[in-house]
Amino acid sequence: MNVQFSRRQFLKGTGAGVAGSAIGAFGFGGAEVALAQAAHSFKLSKATETRNTCPYCSVSCGMILYSRGDVKKGEKADIFHIEGDVDNPVNRGTLCPKGAGVLDFIHSKQRVTRPMHRKPGSDKFEPVTWDFAMDRIAKLMKEDRDANFIEKTRDGVTVNRWPTMGFLAGCATSNEAGWLTWKAVRGLGIVAVDNQARI
Amino acid sequence: MTNSWTDIKNADVVLIMGGNAAEAHPCGFKWVTEAKHHNKARLIVVDPRFTRSASVSDFYCPIRAGTDTAYLLGIINYLITSDKFHREYVANYTDVSFVVKEGFSFDEQEGVYSGFNANNRTYNRDTWDYEIGADGFVVRDTTLEHPRSVYQLLKKHVARYTPEMVERICGSPRDKFLKVCDMISTTANGEKSMTIMYALGWTQHSYGSQTIRTAGMLQLMLGNIGVPGGGVNALRGHSNVQGLTDIGLLSQSTPGYLGQPRDSEPTLAAHMANRNFRPLQQNSVSFWQNYKKFYVSLLKSMYGASATAENDFGYEWLPKLDKVYDTLQMFELVHKGEIKGFVCQGFNPLLSVPNKGKLIEGLSKLKFLVSIDPLETDTVKFWQNHGEANPVDPSKIQTEVFMLPATCFAEDEGSFTNSSRTINWRWKAADGPGEARTDIAIMADLFLRIREMYTKDGGKVPDPILKVDWDYKDPKLPTPDELMREINGKAIVDIPDPADATKTLYKAGQQIAAFGQLRDDGSTSSGCWIYTGAYTERGNMTARRDNSDPSGKYVYGNWGFAWPANRRILYNRASADPSGKAWSERKSYITWNGKAWSGADVPDYPPPLAPERNAGPYIMNAEGVARFFARRMMAEGPFPEHYEPLESPVANALHPKTSTNPAARVFGEDRAAFGTAKDFPYVATTYRLTEHFHWWTKTNKLNAITQPEFFVEISPELAKEKNISNGQWVKVSSNRGSVKGKAVITKRIPALKIDGKTVHTVGMPIHYGFIGETKKAIGVNSLTPYVGDANTQTPEYKAFLVNIEPLSGPAVS
Repeated sequence: MNVQFSRRQFLKGTGAGVAGSAIGAFGFGGAEVALAQAAHSFKLSKATETRNTCPYCSVSCGMILYSRGDVKKGEKADIFHIEGDVDNPVNRGTLCPKGAGVLDFIHSKQRVTRPMHRKPGSDKFEPVTWDFAMDRIAKLMKEDRDANFIEKTRDGVTVNRWPTMGFLAGCATSNEAGWLTWKAVRGLGIVAVDNQARI
Repeated sequence: MTNSWTDIKNADVVLIMGGNAAEAHPCGFKWVTEAKHHNKARLIVVDPRFTRSASVSDFYCPIRAGTDTAYLLGIINYLITSDKFHREYVANYTDVSFVVKEGFSFDEQEGVYSGFNANNRTYNRDTWDYEIGADGFVVRDTTLEHPRSVYQLLKKHVARYTPEMVERICGSPRDKFLKVCDMISTTANGEKSMTIMYALGWTQHSYGSQTIRTAGMLQLMLGNIGVPGGGVNALRGHSNVQGLTDIGLLSQSTPGYLGQPRDSEPTLAAHMANRNFRPLQQNSVSFWQNYKKFYVSLLKSMYGASATAENDFGYEWLPKLDKVYDTLQMFELVHKGEIKGFVCQGFNPLLSVPNKGKLIEGLSKLKFLVSIDPLETDTVKFWQNHGEANPVDPSKIQTEVFMLPATCFAEDEGSFTNSSRTINWRWKAADGPGEARTDIAIMADLFLRIREMYTKDGGKVPDPILKVDWDYKDPKLPTPDELMREINGKAIVDIPDPADATKTLYKAGQQIAAFGQLRDDGSTSSGCWIYTGAYTERGNMTARRDNSDPSGKYVYGNWGFAWPANRRILYNRASADPSGKAWSERKSYITWNGKAWSGADVPDYPPPLAPERNAGPYIMNAEGVARFFARRMMAEGPFPEHYEPLESPVANALHPKTSTNPAARVFGEDRAAFGTAKDFPYVATTYRLTEHFHWWTKTNKLNAITQPEFFVEISPELAKEKNISNGQWVKVSSNRGSVKGKAVITKRIPALKIDGKTVHTVGMPIHYGFIGETKKAIGVNSLTPYVGDANTQTPEYKAFLVNIEPLSGPAVS
């Protein structure tokens, strides 16, 4: 069972604009009602809450992401606050100095926002379309696979491997993306596949 | 982790060694605090640095970086010689009574096992095995007196690790070491338990897996495996490194830790012939006998209807390995110019792989490099000149580079698997910035574009690509929900109930509830057998959010889904004695009720298997019991032995002729780049700061404000010796490169006496590079040696040699 008195109820209850009856439901008296009505609107009271998991270490703390707008309803959502998920039995609402700063990762200046391409010998990245980038990468990969794929060893053993392509998978990727990646890279015959487990 | 984060609260003693949970896993460390407050647990920290974990410990013991195996073998020796181990557990649940083959030996002078060929530094492992009797089962001597019994061999092997020897090797004062031994031995009774928490301080050595084996052996001696508050707990790095490894994105394995086929296994039959899971004792379960069911189900998920019994379920299409392509091997091939194209999907190898100089040379030889990442990484900009921090000339680098914007964790849904194997679903809160796409969208697009070219234009051996099953509602954008269902697995045809053939267990298309129901005839599919049960007909079990704890033992079995089979403590049959009763009321967890095993968790045992059958608690092992003797499974020998790091200030005190691990992963040319104590007299170790996560958070303003720049931590003694003042710039160099930073002089890294010689340690945080909000730095991997663990190939970041000199001016603006 989640805690009886959930965060949602509490936020609703304390939000200004909520009538005294909600405060009354908490069992407080008239003085608190007056105080609550005089208070400023709590910034999270109208936010959309989304449950997620901290992307950093493997404690994998539960997180609540607060956004203006609800992406599930097709609205544009802007994440503006993050807290530990108090219902998560492992972190019980806490976050560490890394996790507490994760909003600055989501909105980092170093976020890549469009595909970029660097030509051989160039000293800069240039923006390109997704179509250009993916087409070019697919062609480069096919070219290399066609040139270097080994179907059989000299002894005639079928090995179906592509030894000249490397792929490192990132460990903040979901299991589902990981599974699709496995199918794709092993399907292509790539043998040099690894993740951060050794690093 | 064998146990769970929350289970740490059940511990009576906590040993943190080879890790620093208070700073690197703070919210997990909370459970240590809980154990201390509510369970009167005592915390022991053994570390070269007086870390923040040490600062809240009940006892701290210093140790020289890289000598943990010797320390742990010393504890085992103490337990045996003082008769303070859990005799009943050890006798019944481990292989101590097994007799080892004639011919097996360890040469104490030379420091090598039987079968060593000194010319090419390789082992013939034929003698590293048990003696098998005429009945086909292992020969045992339950008196433990046979000179070749595992017990006698182990006793002799560890006898050299006396407290005096531990002090000589590790620099840990004898009285402190003995105090640790004494504290630990209080748990050798079934009444109390100790948990071990470790991280990269154990893995990142040329013999790291043997250190961790020794920890497992220590816990077996104490009877601390399978019990609440016990276990060997790897505190893993990334939020989903557990999941990505489970799901097979590791060179040598497929999803669910099955073997990626090798050249020597061209057919499924040949693959199976290399995997003999015949029980070694009469009643052993030897659960891996089900291996083929998992493999065929995986092939059905991979190749769908194209996988048939006639074509070996498509086994031939899978790529076969001629060697292990781990990260070090990969960049060796990149450096040789043999790997031509490279994709980094959320990976920054320029800073995370050792020897940055070698990496720059290698990356410059690539034809093309692709980065799929939410952030700009140092790797994707390796060709950019950043002054001293990255002194390259772009015009001389011909690599074509693509930087593709990926969404981050907040911008897609799906599951992460935490360090304690619990899979938790996460929900999407916002769209990614600009044109960012999910990893799923990018991988699907890439694969389908290549596949279309092979369909239209043909090309070399298209079949393996064309046969991959891609049956998603929208092939360009499979949903996480669809993919998790596929990972779990389903019935492909109607499956009859094995108990009653007139009934149907599953109708075609239904999700399978348990991996025990997978089949090897192609009638079931499962992308990753250990995840079977995560998405059943009852729904997505990883999205469960019931945080109740009915047993009161901090189990939380209805929160998410823990693999395997939603089990929170592995090997939990061992929490009961051979007759099935709890070792003690305090530690009662899974017991035999006369008809079945039950308790606070999902039993790690066939529920109706009666204790009288004596099948042993370790059902994954052919032995039925746990192994002190690793047989042929470890590259450098069946018992752990102390070897020095590849770069060490001293020769091995036990066998100077074989000072370092004979089986360590070293490539030819890299040996020349190792330094010696003559030029580089100080031990260097790298570590993490609580404010940063790897090379990732340097792009975050808040983290950059709290820890803005690289620094070098040294002791007051070393500072005095080298005339370095606090905050002064210093240069640290190894035989591979140098870095610059401000000196931070603390008492946290004590100088140690090693075999009569004073040895200083230099500590450096890893988090800095040339991209992001932190001050530019050269990258500590400019120093680290290109050498890997003999079994896992993990690089040796935690112990190497450097020199340090004071500098006058600022190094990098």
